[in-house]
Amino acid sequence: MNDEQEGRVGEVTENTVRLKPDATIVADAIEAIRRHGAATFPDECCGALIGRDAVIAEAFAMDNTTASGAARRFRIGPDGYRAAEARASALGASLLGFYHSHPNEPARPSAYDLEHAWPNFIYVIISVTNGVPGDVTAWWLRDNRSGFDEGELRWHTGS
Amino acid sequence: MAHRVLIPTPLRPYTGQQDAVEVDGGTVGEVLATLTSRYADLRRHLYAEDGKLRHFVNVYVNDDDIRYLDREATALKAGDTISIVPSVAGGSAASDTSTSPELTNAEIERYSRHLILPEVGIDGQRRLKGARVLCVGAGGLGSPAALYLAAAGIGTLGLIDFDAVDVSNLQRQIIHGTPDIGRSKLASARARLSALNPEIRIETHETKLSSANALALFKEYDVILDGTDNFATRYLVNDACVILRKPNAYGSIFRFEGQASVFATTEGPCYRCLFPEPPPPGLVPSCAEGGVLGVLPGVIGTIQATETIKLILGAPGTLIGRLLLYDAWSMRFRELKVRRDPECPVCGDRPSIRELIDYEQFCGVTPQAGVSASASAGVEETTVEQLKARLDAGLPTFVLDVREPHEYQICRIPNSILIPLGQLGTRLSELPNDGREIVVHCKMGGRSAKAVKLLKDQGVDAKNLTGGVLAWIDRVDPSQAKY
Repeated sequence: MNDEQEGRVGEVTENTVRLKPDATIVADAIEAIRRHGAATFPDECCGALIGRDAVIAEAFAMDNTTASGAARRFRIGPDGYRAAEARASALGASLLGFYHSHPNEPARPSAYDLEHAWPNFIYVIISVTNGVPGDVTAWWLRDNRSGFDEGELRWHTGS
Repeated sequence: MAHRVLIPTPLRPYTGQQDAVEVDGGTVGEVLATLTSRYADLRRHLYAEDGKLRHFVNVYVNDDDIRYLDREATALKAGDTISIVPSVAGGSAASDTSTSPELTNAEIERYSRHLILPEVGIDGQRRLKGARVLCVGAGGLGSPAALYLAAAGIGTLGLIDFDAVDVSNLQRQIIHGTPDIGRSKLASARARLSALNPEIRIETHETKLSSANALALFKEYDVILDGTDNFATRYLVNDACVILRKPNAYGSIFRFEGQASVFATTEGPCYRCLFPEPPPPGLVPSCAEGGVLGVLPGVIGTIQATETIKLILGAPGTLIGRLLLYDAWSMRFRELKVRRDPECPVCGDRPSIRELIDYEQFCGVTPQAGVSASASAGVEETTVEQLKARLDAGLPTFVLDVREPHEYQICRIPNSILIPLGQLGTRLSELPNDGREIVVHCKMGGRSAKAVKLLKDQGVDAKNLTGGVLAWIDRVDPSQAKY
């Protein structure tokens, strides 16, 4: 947690943090992402972000099915994607995006992330250093695929 | 003709939030072209700059991935629904190669012919150096595979074997030499590999691979190269690879014929999708019993090494979903498509095998696992001789084959109708209702016994062909190939 992020804590209401003007994440969901990232370290974790009315209500942990080394890659195949959609429907909610961890790397999208990104999804990235969860950031793919824009991820430390 | 195209959540902002749109076209490619011209923003997200579909974009016609059909040339019928389904992927910046070890100057010189291939280059060579590959067996297939993998600079090469070098091995197991006779295969292989490339690390596991140690051994490696010589170990390697999600560079040889494929990737099928059941014990002789052309494992083992290197480099065009068949005697390569079986007991949608089992019993090596379970199930049986006599006499007979299409491609009973067991329940209307006798068969009689029971439950009388198509080939039509 850096000072700049702590400086924004005052804008946080109760147990939710605003991500972007149009998205909010429940603190429980961020905690779930942190636990998942620590549990799979040194491999990457991944999961779906599910919510309604632009509020991420659940971080739905999924299996990392990459065949190219889970320490550096994550993959959710078409069956997994359908499972995420099904989970969202079951909750009467929508699929808003996906999260994954960067073991021993900063929480910034890689070139590989960019190459594989879908538009209109929120990508949450958590950095996990030596098994300890660290920064959590959120990103949107630019519509022209030239890069990501970072969302204003504000982190509530007091929950 | 108009087809319904299902649009996934992230692309709906480009279709006015519609989750399905109607688009005309005779092929998948035409439909997608029309779709992306109508909704131009879709194009850059579905297609890469080179005009090909992005590889994380999956397109299905009804339930079938077009990669297993004719890709974008797949023809459409009235009523077909096309689904665009995302894969979601990413990884740390390190993935690019920054976690792969740097190359020393000595390595740069050694691998210079790789480094000048843009498809490998420094990044690819560093990936090879960072990779860990396990060769199961240091025999016919393992010899050439390990030699080429070592030469190529695979940073850590594991070998499992428990045998000693015998003079009869040397006709094909070229990692060993005449002075090595009597020496452990692993000691011999280690010496030869270190002499070839002292830059790599060699890990030897002098043990018999078993259900008790396979997962712990495989866990430490990125790719498993299956160079085993028996069915029990082959199913064990397959299941362990599926459970651990480690790709399996598969090869096998017999006499003049070899096979190679890549199994157990997340995309593709596994060995059990191809061969749901092992042959009955004793039916397929080992190389020791049936002989093998010495150079044959050289071809197949190097194909396995090639696929292993491509998996590590992330190269396209691997043997995932394809079984390569090689006949050295006629010098022909053929290919069969192999699809992941949703009913597969290990890699299917509802796996029943989630941990390693007793493979010797599964393959009938131990006595209690007989294959003739059908009689006990109260299924009426008929023999291949009786069937032949019926057919020759022109008696009305419907021969139903309940194997998988790839098996049907290998050999079949003339005029038999193929309905795989998994589809039988929904395709009962295709069975005759005109008094013809229905004779059901599979490879050896196990699946067809289930089919006869299923039919009986539906009020359809049928007989099971004892011994299946293999008995037919043995006793009626030896001109066909067995598998």
